[in-house]
Amino acid sequence: MSPDLIYGLAGLGVFGIGLFRALTLAAPLRRVLALKLCAVGASFLLIVAAYREPPGAADAVPHALVITGIVVMVSAMAVALALIHRIAVLEREGGHD
Amino acid sequence: MDAMIVFDLALALALVGLAWAVLATEDLFAAVVLFIVFGLMTALAWVRLAAPDVALAEAAIGAGVTGALLLTTLRRTAGAATPEVTPPAVSWGVGALSLAVTAGLGAAFLGAPSQGPGLEGAIAGNLAASGVEHPVTAVLLNYRAYDTLMEVVVLFAAVVAVWSVAQAPEAETPAPGPVYAGFARLALPAAAVVGAYLLWAGATMPGGAFQGGAVLGALGILALLARSYVPAPEHRAMARAAFIAGTAVFALVALAVGFGPRVAFEYPPALAKPLILLIEAVVTLSIAATLAALFFGREPEPLSVEARP
Repeated sequence: MSPDLIYGLAGLGVFGIGLFRALTLAAPLRRVLALKLCAVGASFLLIVAAYREPPGAADAVPHALVITGIVVMVSAMAVALALIHRIAVLEREGGHD
Repeated sequence: MDAMIVFDLALALALVGLAWAVLATEDLFAAVVLFIVFGLMTALAWVRLAAPDVALAEAAIGAGVTGALLLTTLRRTAGAATPEVTPPAVSWGVGALSLAVTAGLGAAFLGAPSQGPGLEGAIAGNLAASGVEHPVTAVLLNYRAYDTLMEVVVLFAAVVAVWSVAQAPEAETPAPGPVYAGFARLALPAAAVVGAYLLWAGATMPGGAFQGGAVLGALGILALLARSYVPAPEHRAMARAAFIAGTAVFALVALAVGFGPRVAFEYPPALAKPLILLIEAVVTLSIAATLAALFFGREPEPLSVEARP
């Protein structure tokens, strides 16, 4: 058992849970959370791929890709949350009419 | 070594358990708090996997800023509940599909060569010409600078989209109490120093524009919550300039070095460090302004400002 195998399997588990929940949950906020978990699970596989047993140094290219992914994900999340807020406002207004 | 394996197993189990709990919890607020804990645990695992830069980015952006965005959305959409009604047949079908996809990914993961030589040799071989000493910063700002430019563009597109979507004036947030105001007074200068340090440290050790920008963005969020800074309509031009500055400076530098014998993005080795630091500094400010604006969630309007005391 080495750390890369353990965390690789954990990342796969997180990805699977996220995928299943993104497709079955109804509340929009939960679906966004589920997709974010998918992204973290996929990032785990990249980080694990970059890992080298000490004294080897990790590969920096997957690290840079994951940092890019984190920033892209927060951008996508902000847009999704703004849309969720807008839908909630419209539904509230529609309810009063 | 064995003690570390026990730690690894415990952390891996905690990660999967937390991921399940985030999406199984009835209470949305509890789900968001569990999600933030999950993000911090992820950062811990990535430190263990020798990826401190990514761990910093995940803790600051993936857990911190994302958590703040989630909590503020939760408050704004309070009362809008969606009933969870998934027919069992759909659940089973989707479950089987998800399992198949995950199993396929698992087969690919277990079958892939591990510890194999990646690009670390090429990175180390060209580090002297990159202008910085830290490999991750060299990849982000030099070898694969085009990706990073596009990433800054994505962040800019997000704030454009958020400003276009959310135009309804907000209900006012309750004023912060004296404890929070005192905390903000102490934390704001500390966060400013940490953010600037992370940016500077990125040239030689873990850190960099994204981590520094996230800490400075958190500073903006803190200032917004403490009302140390109240966005006014006349700040819009300044805000727009801050959002676009990172993309503009990055693109101009990348194109400007392309004149003459070089191609775009190919910094002259002698000037690489100052150019990278210039890009990083401006990008950091853009990221900070954009993240704080994403948290604020709308264009400052005259209407909502007049309503403030």
